[in-house]
Amino acid sequence: MSWLLVMPIAIPFATAVVAFLVRMSPTGRWVSLGGSILSLVASVALLVAVLEHGVIAAQMSNWEAPFGITLVADYLGVVMVVITAITGLATAIYALGEIPERVEKLGYHALFQTLIAGVTGAFLTGDVFNLYVWFEVMLISSFGLLILGGSREQLDAGIKYVALNLVSTLVFLSGIGLLYGMTGTLNMADLRGAIAEVENQGLVTVVAMMFMVGFGVKAAVFPLFFWLPASYHTPSFAVSAVFAGLLTKVGVYAMMRMFTLVFVGDIGFTHEILIWVSALTMLTGVLGAAAQTDFRKILSFHIISQIGYMTLGLALYTPLALMGGVFYLVHHIIVKANLFLVSGVANKLAGHTDLNRIGGLYKSSPFLAALFIVPAFSLAGFPPLSGFWAKYLIVKASIELDAWLIAFVALFVGLLTIFSMTKIWGMAFWKPHPDGYDPTPDRVPDSVRIPMMIPIVGLAAMTIVIGFFPEPFVQFAEVAAMQLLDPAQYVEAVLGAQAEVQADLQADAPAGLQPDATTEEEQP
Amino acid sequence: MEALTALIIGTLVAAAVYLMLARNFMRFLFGLILLSNAANLTIFASGRMTPGAPALVPYGEDAPIGVVGNALPQALVLTAIVIGFGLLAFTLALAFEAYRRLRTMDSDKMRYAEPKEDRKG
Repeated sequence: MSWLLVMPIAIPFATAVVAFLVRMSPTGRWVSLGGSILSLVASVALLVAVLEHGVIAAQMSNWEAPFGITLVADYLGVVMVVITAITGLATAIYALGEIPERVEKLGYHALFQTLIAGVTGAFLTGDVFNLYVWFEVMLISSFGLLILGGSREQLDAGIKYVALNLVSTLVFLSGIGLLYGMTGTLNMADLRGAIAEVENQGLVTVVAMMFMVGFGVKAAVFPLFFWLPASYHTPSFAVSAVFAGLLTKVGVYAMMRMFTLVFVGDIGFTHEILIWVSALTMLTGVLGAAAQTDFRKILSFHIISQIGYMTLGLALYTPLALMGGVFYLVHHIIVKANLFLVSGVANKLAGHTDLNRIGGLYKSSPFLAALFIVPAFSLAGFPPLSGFWAKYLIVKASIELDAWLIAFVALFVGLLTIFSMTKIWGMAFWKPHPDGYDPTPDRVPDSVRIPMMIPIVGLAAMTIVIGFFPEPFVQFAEVAAMQLLDPAQYVEAVLGAQAEVQADLQADAPAGLQPDATTEEEQP
Repeated sequence: MEALTALIIGTLVAAAVYLMLARNFMRFLFGLILLSNAANLTIFASGRMTPGAPALVPYGEDAPIGVVGNALPQALVLTAIVIGFGLLAFTLALAFEAYRRLRTMDSDKMRYAEPKEDRKG
């Protein structure tokens, strides 16, 4: 069984190595595409296994649970892995059209696949220090991708992105050090039990806040988001789409994991802070977007405002709220990546991303306009698109807790999101092009346009499917939320039930496998 | 020993914060290096300062004999140092390239990706 958990990480790494070796020839892009397809297959296989067996865990090199590195896939983890593979595939197809040969020769595909490996690793690991390592894998490749091409804007953006992210990493690392000092373990499942036995619970809360700040910078929540709007509009569109879709979500995921599994000792304090942070994140993000006139800058600020909804789902800490948070996470990755991909096509057709300098896209490319409408209105929460259900769950959860102010903020932010989306619609699509020409699709050669359109169509179709058939997705999110709120199954999968551990030790077999699946897992 | 380590970490963090508040990006970077060392020392100290023997297994034995120091934090620190070194090397190269292209190290003047303060972008 353990190979199932390793493959989604190993395939992108292997692809990265091959892509790096052949970076000088056009083969690199096909290697990257092939690797992305294989990753998707591996992730879906893992998803099937998790649906069948529940939480599955694997001990690397058969070091028993609290001592070795554990990879774990529960519902939340596995859905994030699948969605990462989908986004990776979409961006790999998009890159066929968008990424120029000059950038490919600098090793674009290798960096991109390493990024995917890092993100996937972060979703699958069950060890805090290992999480730090995956964060760094992800960071170093994102640094490379961000400045690839080396324009002045990119270098400037790179400086800010690198500086702030490194600070957050160091806060996170110090938090890990202190956590280990208090508990003597780094395994997340083991930490859950160990942290309750720490005498000085005040210090635990301090460390929890260090984790919240560390993850908060990654997730771009309210007072810590400044690196995001300074950098996300500068790299190539494929890169900004994958950043927008995945990177901040890793921060949200890590927060969800640590603040449901480990730091649950003082919910009244930590999660209360998170509620107000979320509300302010939603508001500042959406107000920031209202002030922008650049396609990608508007979208960047909207990432921030949407992050607020996800952290709100965690902060409210009820089954419904967490369910909404998980649903939101998945919906948002698809929608946001797609919007950035659309902005790339708009840039190719109309020649710029500044909304004042483009226009006329509705008249000349109605198909693109229709494809913009789907993610844009899903982002704003229009029924029957996926965003409506996501917002509905979160707002309902806040109303159930009588948190009227929060519910109001969530709805108000949705309203302002519509404002921004209609602004893009009006300026980029409806008004005539200021330079007086028609941005018709044949301005761009087919070999560039078609690979760029395929992922947009695919992701828009997914948004519509989730919107019209939310039932299975909502049910999935419900189970994911249950697993987060009651991690007994997670802990048991990692550490093994106490009796199981004893039996396994006597039988000299690797401990910690899912008890009901042990027989099938013995021979990988 | 613990008190001394705590003081060293505190001093490093204080110096790092002071440097990172500067406008010059190089100073910020030096601050980052100090902060990274402070974080590494924190992990190191979390393994407890014991006058134990090194965690080595004598030939022919299965486990180390007697009281030995905790080897795990040292392994963690080693990992963190290596990763930190790689990231800082990258950042230094980035800073150099930025200086070459942008002709400044003053972060207030680095406004190519963001709207300028004095005019609307």
